[in-house]
Amino acid sequence: MSTPAKLPRWAELGLLPAINLLAALLLSGVIIKVIGESPWAALKLMADGAFGSQESVGYTLYYSTNFIFTGLAVAVAYHAGLFNIGGDGQAYLGGLGTGLVCLWLGSWPFWAVLPLAVIAGAVFGAAWAFIPAYLQARRGSHIVITTIMFNFIASALMTWLLVNILIKPGQQSPESREFAPNATLPGLHTLLGKIGIPFTSTPLNLAFLFALAAGVLVWVLVWRTRWGYALRVAGQNSAAAVYAGIRPSRITIQAMLLSGALAGLLGLNELMGSQHRILLDFPAGAGFVGIAVALMGRNHPVGIFFAAVLFGALMQGGSQLSFDMPRVNRDMVVVIQGLVILFCGALENVFRGPLATLLARFGGRKDAP
Amino acid sequence: MFLLTGAAALVSAKDFLPAIVYDFGGKFDRSFNQSASEGAEKFKRDTGIAFREFEITNAAQREQIMAQSAKRGANIIVAVGFTQASAVEKVAKQFPNVKFTIIDAVVDLPNVQSINFREQESSFLCGMAAALASKTGKIGFVGGMDIPLIRKFALGYVEGAHYVNPGIEVFQNMTGTTPAAWGDPTKGAELAKSQFGRGADVVFHAAGATGIGVMQAAADAGKLSIGCDSNQDYLHPGSVLTSAVKRVDVAVYKAFEDAKNGTWQPGQLVLGLAENGVDYSFDEHNRTVLTPAMKQRLDQARADIVSGKLKVSEYKP
Repeated sequence: MSTPAKLPRWAELGLLPAINLLAALLLSGVIIKVIGESPWAALKLMADGAFGSQESVGYTLYYSTNFIFTGLAVAVAYHAGLFNIGGDGQAYLGGLGTGLVCLWLGSWPFWAVLPLAVIAGAVFGAAWAFIPAYLQARRGSHIVITTIMFNFIASALMTWLLVNILIKPGQQSPESREFAPNATLPGLHTLLGKIGIPFTSTPLNLAFLFALAAGVLVWVLVWRTRWGYALRVAGQNSAAAVYAGIRPSRITIQAMLLSGALAGLLGLNELMGSQHRILLDFPAGAGFVGIAVALMGRNHPVGIFFAAVLFGALMQGGSQLSFDMPRVNRDMVVVIQGLVILFCGALENVFRGPLATLLARFGGRKDAP
Repeated sequence: MFLLTGAAALVSAKDFLPAIVYDFGGKFDRSFNQSASEGAEKFKRDTGIAFREFEITNAAQREQIMAQSAKRGANIIVAVGFTQASAVEKVAKQFPNVKFTIIDAVVDLPNVQSINFREQESSFLCGMAAALASKTGKIGFVGGMDIPLIRKFALGYVEGAHYVNPGIEVFQNMTGTTPAAWGDPTKGAELAKSQFGRGADVVFHAAGATGIGVMQAAADAGKLSIGCDSNQDYLHPGSVLTSAVKRVDVAVYKAFEDAKNGTWQPGQLVLGLAENGVDYSFDEHNRTVLTPAMKQRLDQARADIVSGKLKVSEYKP
């Protein structure tokens, strides 16, 4: 990859994303003005809706949890030079694993269900990623194509399972029965309540802490282990990797297994933490948002966390915006989210050159090469 | 926290405030959700009372938006679509003083009204109409997703067709496996075309906005289509045989009106042909294709279903 201009680290990680975000918000403001609402009021509603109260913070972080999992999944594959577009399907199948454990082992104590649910989610997600990984490593089928196809196979499989097998008899909606109470994750408001901090009831649950732990785990694995080194070498130059005694095809499979496992954990938050049943289409595109989150977060867990919170905030703030401003309907909210992705992901180099020149002129020493 | 107490204070200050939460299809699907939206709009026109509305984009929003509407003083919340059942169940428990009406599902709580339709009855009549109009002895059905509700439509349709012509062949296709299947007119058109290619000359859709494509394909190919949920005869006059109308608009209007007048009752309502909850459509747009002879057969069957002489099976998941 070529970088047109080098920026000092603080500008690279802080200033540039901020400018990109600002540009996206400015353009969104223009659009909101055009449809006849006040951009300032809209921005206020959105910010307030995302962070203004405990309830909104809870929802924002709840959405973010999904995006952390899928963002990490995309990032791990990316470091191995793979573009995993199958996060949605892996999350869907991973959720099936978690959900089955919660359905079947409802009579077990919570401390026994929890690890099994985590493992089942990870294993099911990894298994779904294994097939495209194997096809890429051994048969050369391009992983972008196979993973995206596997999303459709996953949803076909899940629809069939939910409509014909898992459905609670006698109801219209293709959903499983509800999990037993000890097969659900406690809400963060209950946990905080136990240590004496009052918090409004929101879907934010223990899975958020799992997501943070997963971020730390990914950081250690990718940057602090021999395997992570092999992963990054294979990703950047597979010829050099072979020369160094690393087998890129094996790395491909291992990276995709980890990637699928991370995406598969989404079910912890969505099913075990919030919906308490298996239902249709619960990943709701989080696998795709994960791509934007990983790109924006520069494929680093810290960056992914902030990017995931941003997208969680856009989702929650956007929903509040359309709740309070009927003229800003849900499609408008998608436009705003799209603009943020466009500026922060696709057009990130637009401001890079001018910013580098500017900083070089006023900052002196940091010259653009 | 101050936001919450502020909202609570608003509740007592506000007068009657109805709210409606649409499903994934969105209020402009020209079908199920749109019908609900028309009912709400009509209520607004007639009474001058504004309502709150929301189109959801993900599962968690259902609960969030319903709870928020309740907090902001909504007296009645209409939830459109069976997917909202679990959210209604949760939120209705939290807000026992707010009235909830759910369409296409059953939630058994003292402050919830569940409205269901016997879609199989109108589908039966549409199946009859298709069989009567078909010259090839082959008809088609395009569903959105393979879910119980759509199987209900399909089963009634097939039964009705066989009632007229036991030897008729019915092709069935589903559009997809994700909710995108409700909004994919291109694929709807492709499925209809493939059914025409296999010899069908009438096609019935139960696929939300996807059906727009089905009906367009029928109009383009000079074949007949049957609309769904809303009266869609006007879309392609002369090519739309009839529509399986589901009066979601009436249900929404009535829920709002009853809540306003204090006559709203919780419990289950099942609306079929007898209650005018479902029907086949007949108006100036399909007069040329739905002949008097056909209409006579349909009306006879309609009367028989209402009187109980003719039994239509219902798909049970």
